[in-house]
Amino acid sequence: MTDLRKRILPTVQKPARYTGGEFNEIKKNLSDVRVRIAFCFPDTYEIGMSNLGMRILYGVMNQMDGVWCERVFAPWGDMEETMRQNHLPLWALESQDPVKDFDMIAFTVGYEMSYSNILNMLRLAGIPLHSDQRKDLKNIVFAGGVCTFNPEPLAPFVDFFSLGEGEEITQEIIALYDCAKAEAWSKDTFLQEVAKIPGIYVPSFYRHEYNEDGTLAAIVPHNGAPRKITKRIIENLDESYWPTKTIVASTEIVHDRANLEVFRGCIRGCRFCQAGFSCRPVRKKTPDVLYRQAVETLEDSGINEITLSSLSTSDYRGLKELTDQMIPYCEQNRVNLSVPSLRADNFSRELMEKLQTVRKSGLTFAPEAGTQRLRDVINKNLTEDEILTTCINAFSGGWNNVKLYFMLGLPTETDEDVLGIAELVYKVIQAWKEHAVNKKRGLRVHVATAYFVPKPHTPFQWEKQITPDEYLRRCKLLKDHFYSKSIEYNYHEPDLSRLEAVFARGDRRLAPVIEEASLQGARLDGWDEYFRYDIWQNAMKKYGIDAAFYTTRGYAEDEILPWDTMDVGVNKKFLLRERKQAYAGAITPDCRHGCAGCGANCLLKEVQCDA
Amino acid sequence: MLRALFEKTGNAVYISHLDLMRLFQRAFKRAGLSLTHTQGYNPRPSVSIALPLSVGVESLCELLDFELEGEAISCEEIKSRLNSTLVDGVRVLSVYENADKLKNLALLDCEVYLEYDSGVPEDGQARLAALFAQPSLVLEKRNRNGVTQQNIVTMIRSLEVNREDDHTIRLDARICCQNPTLNPMQMVNAIERYLPELRPDFARCRRIEIYREDEKIFR
Repeated sequence: MTDLRKRILPTVQKPARYTGGEFNEIKKNLSDVRVRIAFCFPDTYEIGMSNLGMRILYGVMNQMDGVWCERVFAPWGDMEETMRQNHLPLWALESQDPVKDFDMIAFTVGYEMSYSNILNMLRLAGIPLHSDQRKDLKNIVFAGGVCTFNPEPLAPFVDFFSLGEGEEITQEIIALYDCAKAEAWSKDTFLQEVAKIPGIYVPSFYRHEYNEDGTLAAIVPHNGAPRKITKRIIENLDESYWPTKTIVASTEIVHDRANLEVFRGCIRGCRFCQAGFSCRPVRKKTPDVLYRQAVETLEDSGINEITLSSLSTSDYRGLKELTDQMIPYCEQNRVNLSVPSLRADNFSRELMEKLQTVRKSGLTFAPEAGTQRLRDVINKNLTEDEILTTCINAFSGGWNNVKLYFMLGLPTETDEDVLGIAELVYKVIQAWKEHAVNKKRGLRVHVATAYFVPKPHTPFQWEKQITPDEYLRRCKLLKDHFYSKSIEYNYHEPDLSRLEAVFARGDRRLAPVIEEASLQGARLDGWDEYFRYDIWQNAMKKYGIDAAFYTTRGYAEDEILPWDTMDVGVNKKFLLRERKQAYAGAITPDCRHGCAGCGANCLLKEVQCDA
Repeated sequence: MLRALFEKTGNAVYISHLDLMRLFQRAFKRAGLSLTHTQGYNPRPSVSIALPLSVGVESLCELLDFELEGEAISCEEIKSRLNSTLVDGVRVLSVYENADKLKNLALLDCEVYLEYDSGVPEDGQARLAALFAQPSLVLEKRNRNGVTQQNIVTMIRSLEVNREDDHTIRLDARICCQNPTLNPMQMVNAIERYLPELRPDFARCRRIEIYREDEKIFR
């Protein structure tokens, strides 16, 4: 007879998400395996399989002898319901074995609003949520990813965090576990030892003490734990592991294309951007290595699209050399080459025209703010002139589609800045009217505004978030000033961004809130279909948490911050200096025009910062 | 034009029709076989699969039509190259030229497995046989234009009710698969509607072979 799982699969949406069996999936013989790792992505298969970090670390771990890393994703709501009804525990794709059979359970956390998924996945797996409820070496739960630069809201649930780039540290962790398992260490001994690996943060080794006003009074390390944990980085990306044999999903995923990471770090320093600071210093890959990896990946996978990814691909010094090699290859092999986040400079315009011979993609700008004054405040070095010139070029080249992304609620923003967005959009429309070669299809301008979320390790980490009502007022103000039918305006719902702000700068007192929300059914919060703000409001109320404390209050410059333990390389003095510059409306030129002294170069021992 | 006869079994049954086309496009590329592309704004590799298969249904007789550019490669070579790079459960059985015209595809042999967790009900086999011996079994069929009534018996050329094991009855049916088309699972729907006490706890289905109108095997 057909087993339960096979009976369920035809009844849920997109069942291929739950079966594994894709091209290049890694299977191992259990008798050769000493350490089994369930690598969990706290969102759906389509999102997780699009995550580059996960693909890299899946390869890194499976290259290790005696180690088998398998993938686990959050089930969609219909599957979750069926699993609960039928008491089916969460399983890993490769072996289809229950997650609770695994030695180590690893999460990669890139988004605050996936915290509920982490807890939900542990619950679906039948694994106790709290670190101190898991007594044995089995089912060690650890996590990495950008959210671990302030992991405090997850502190009681996760045994330890791995900070920074994972290629090397993950191997060190697993090698230690391998040894611990062979020698039957206690969990305490293992945590004590793993804490000695640079970049590992064991939250249970730190006591957080609070003042009466709710702010942090002290962070006290014990068990010999270091006061600061410095994130790990890879210095030489050319020699670092890169997955050219990568899983080809059998069902459509969000980013259904091959990926080539051209460099790490960012020279720009947009003051709101967490990645821009926390991923420093800048380290490049050489065009020859990239070209070879691109060809290997494309030939191995049969995928017909490749994207050159990084935080700002125009800033890649080898871009011309690389694209000169890649464009002929891509044309010959019918591969679509996509180069996202191009800046509006001359070379990019030329490149855009060349890429067009393969396929015409859209035109997207993220000016983030509507006036030059505010763009200077946030250090977004993109001028109106650059935007309009690029638009004119594109319109005269046949494009009729522009996307413009902005934020509302940025520090010092006034109504004048909000209306500046409308003016800029109006100028784009004018440019189209004057320069479009093909007006038959009409122009579409997609405008989207996000609700500014202050993030740790940025010059805006102390800033206030505006209230949801004020945000909505600004959205409405903007909307009332859009007169053209060509404009399609979308704005993010404020509730989600407010919660994101709470958890981004949150502390340990938020952990019970996440647990309560999870018990009350919160999960898949990043999905409109499932996000329920009321659950979170009730959970905060139950534990006496006021969202305003973490959002509209703002943090004092001399306050101890929950993420002070985490060192991402960029130092606080620099962030404070940048904050002052912001309020003075002064820009800081990009790192190539002179080092601004952020401090991240201290992380490098063998190479120089390539900014 | 070339045609591949392939099977879709095991976990591959959960791959949808559209996803399977994309999967084949990539497999061709991995195999170093260049598909011709459609003309137009967004050229796409030209592959097509006859008779879309519902998710969850196994098949031993799927057809994929495609065209290659560049120098000629033997059918045997194409088959082995594809099989070396396809996923588990999708396997090419043969590749050939001079394929039958798809419009002549008419009939399908399929097996429908009816699973009864507490054992096959007494007389179940006989009662099911009697059910399908009726001149008319009308069911609702949902399509793009809404709901229509469909007498499924006229689309069943032959049907045997067999006992697979103590828990399973197997229907072996030859049914119409093109103009008109009978979804084999409609036979299960007929049981649920007209013999609800014989409703199985689980039903699954697989395609075995395809035929022309004259009941000769379709290739």
